[in-house]
Amino acid sequence: MSAIFLLIGISLLVAIGFLVAFLWASKSGQYDDDYTPSVRILFEDKPSKNNQSNTK
Amino acid sequence: MSTSIKTNSEADVKLHHQQMETFFYDNAIVRMFAIATAIWGLIGMLVGLYAALELVFPSLNMSTQYITFGRIRPLHTNAVIFAFVGNGTFTGVYYSLQRLLKTRMYSDLLSRINFWGWQMIILSAVLTLPFGFTSSKEYAELEWPIDIAITVIWVVFGWNMFATILKRRERHLYVAIWFYIATFVTVAVLHLVNNFELPVSFMKSYSWYAGVQDALVQWWYGHNAVAFFLTTPVLGLMYYFVPKAANRPVYSYRLSIIHFWALIFLYIWAGPHHLLYNALPDWAQSLGVVFSIMLIAPSWGGMLNGLLTLRGAWDKVREDPILKFFVVAITCYGMATFEGPMLSLKNVNAIAHFTDWIIAHVHVGGLGWNGFMIFGMMYYLIPRLYRTPVYSKKLANTHFWIGTMGIIFYALPLYWAGFTQSLMWKEFTEEGLLAYPNFLETVTQIKPMYMLRAGGGALYITGVMIMIYNLGKTIGKGTLLSDEEAHAAPLSKAYEPHKGEHWHRRLFERRPVNLLVWSLIAILIGGLVEMIPTFLVKSNVPTIASVQPYTPLELEGRDLYIREGCNNCHSQMIRPFRSETERYGEYAKAGEFVYDHPFLWGSKRTGPDLLRIGGKYPDSWHYHHMLDPETMSPGSIMPPYPWLFEQDLDVSSLTGKIEAMQTFGVPYAEGYGDEQALADLNKQAAQIAANLKESGIEVVPEKEIVALIAYLQRMGTDIQGEK
Repeated sequence: MSAIFLLIGISLLVAIGFLVAFLWASKSGQYDDDYTPSVRILFEDKPSKNNQSNTK
Repeated sequence: MSTSIKTNSEADVKLHHQQMETFFYDNAIVRMFAIATAIWGLIGMLVGLYAALELVFPSLNMSTQYITFGRIRPLHTNAVIFAFVGNGTFTGVYYSLQRLLKTRMYSDLLSRINFWGWQMIILSAVLTLPFGFTSSKEYAELEWPIDIAITVIWVVFGWNMFATILKRRERHLYVAIWFYIATFVTVAVLHLVNNFELPVSFMKSYSWYAGVQDALVQWWYGHNAVAFFLTTPVLGLMYYFVPKAANRPVYSYRLSIIHFWALIFLYIWAGPHHLLYNALPDWAQSLGVVFSIMLIAPSWGGMLNGLLTLRGAWDKVREDPILKFFVVAITCYGMATFEGPMLSLKNVNAIAHFTDWIIAHVHVGGLGWNGFMIFGMMYYLIPRLYRTPVYSKKLANTHFWIGTMGIIFYALPLYWAGFTQSLMWKEFTEEGLLAYPNFLETVTQIKPMYMLRAGGGALYITGVMIMIYNLGKTIGKGTLLSDEEAHAAPLSKAYEPHKGEHWHRRLFERRPVNLLVWSLIAILIGGLVEMIPTFLVKSNVPTIASVQPYTPLELEGRDLYIREGCNNCHSQMIRPFRSETERYGEYAKAGEFVYDHPFLWGSKRTGPDLLRIGGKYPDSWHYHHMLDPETMSPGSIMPPYPWLFEQDLDVSSLTGKIEAMQTFGVPYAEGYGDEQALADLNKQAAQIAANLKESGIEVVPEKEIVALIAYLQRMGTDIQGEK
């Protein structure tokens, strides 16, 4: 049954990795603002004349 | 207060205008992946349709060995998972990542290597699986050279993605990006651990794990492949494309963050629910069940978040085919993630496991969630890349309705088939005998359902063809904007090194994500190479004294069983239910499988379980049955295997195979592989040929059929003396 411990070990390693990522995200202020990012993605540059000249 | 905010933002805008940078999004790579998605999607689904029809008309393989159900079923699953959804994911990631991070991809070269490498891997799957080059592990069938190629290309993808994240102009990582990161990291880990195999020859390898261990690793992988290849990346796409298509923010951004973190922490523990009532310790089974049930919470949180994004915009759904696709996709996600935990309950699983119920379940997810998410995305992207409205909205709507009907006509017959067959398997007469002792009765009963299912699949594929026509016309009338101009201010430096700072602070605090990922990969590769052999060889000490290694001929026969993909339709796992022990014999014990590299438990009983087939029939029965199953079982949907009677057994790598087994700790005598193995193989083959001759069958002992009969007759017989 040693494979179970191998898998639990690896799963834990992955989980700890994500935990560190989560702590980093919250500590570095990623989640300080939990509204604006959802709106920000909706804004996009309008295609300009410049853009048209870039077509192949 | 509001004035002060306004002043601030005005100042910001002013500042930004001064430092605004101009750059270009790479649309060409998005277009390449989008086209690949459409082409491979169609091919993968057509292979699926063909396989479905073979279950109704077994002669459809037209007597060739290369397109039997056992060989093209893995081709279908690999094509739709890695070619269709894989390319679809890359399409969405390469489009959204650039826009979310306000930067071009880090390297055009890496993007192209990612693209062409991935297509080459898919092509190599098409060129190997029909020829019987398979490791037999579900969704990981590709042989070791391709596994290495997958690792390399996956690393290229990750490198490109993380380097793009590092040069971003937007500090906040939108939730979709977190889903992409989790996908990359976890798929890398899963792929490495599950494909830990020892090459025997150029296209043949054995799994390092045996029996129960192999089963555990495989379903840890198998479940998480669904979680991290078919779910998390597509959720990332959902969180980007649904708000974009509806032009409104996601219902709750906070909920999306909770959804992400809860989902990835729970998903990785649910794998054992694929092995309930199998030869696996009870506590491991329970662990899988508990986590599976808990998964309802984040899954439904995500589903509701996606659907509620359309609150107050349902009038748009009536008009816009893109949103229609998304609504059905998210609904199917909700249904599949409710059904999944229910199927993980032991009492439900007892009925559903090994039946077509599971096939229906995964297709609600595959056709509904993955397929419709990707179709919606394609209808959103292609007109934008080509700067022109979609060719025909009417055709898009037609695709939507045909596709939806296709899902319904696919899933319902299979649910019906699953319930019917399971109830028939478990039905006893008043005298306590099996009501349907002949397995074949339970198969012929559901054949009409198989036909209906193929009809549903055909409808769905018709929809895909309409989409390809529609998008092709759209491409024809538009012009590709290969490099799209965009503007954004560079990221202000949030980090100020201070005096006397140590290098490690810079390392750990400045590049945390980067460091995390690369160190994880490094630790894993190194750790695995060291741990797995020592870990697992010890466990091959037999716990049941009478269980012996396979003879050389049986080993070769077992490899034929793998080559032909028998495990796609036949299980080797008798669960401890009376309905199963009555039908098949003594239930399976963990100790019986210690020499099984890889395990061959199977996950579906299109045909009966084979664990106790050994000794049940004479050699001549197997001979006739493999030559033409209908002579022994009239009405059987198994195809004939005439090539086994024509081809000579290839024993060229026998020495290597025995040596590989010895490396795993299988107790063959030292130097056994050198000459003795081949001598024993020939001796046993001659014995079987002599047996057959007694039944009036002339067979050359060198033919493949002899080896296969040897394996079939050995199966599950080791513990008979124990009783």
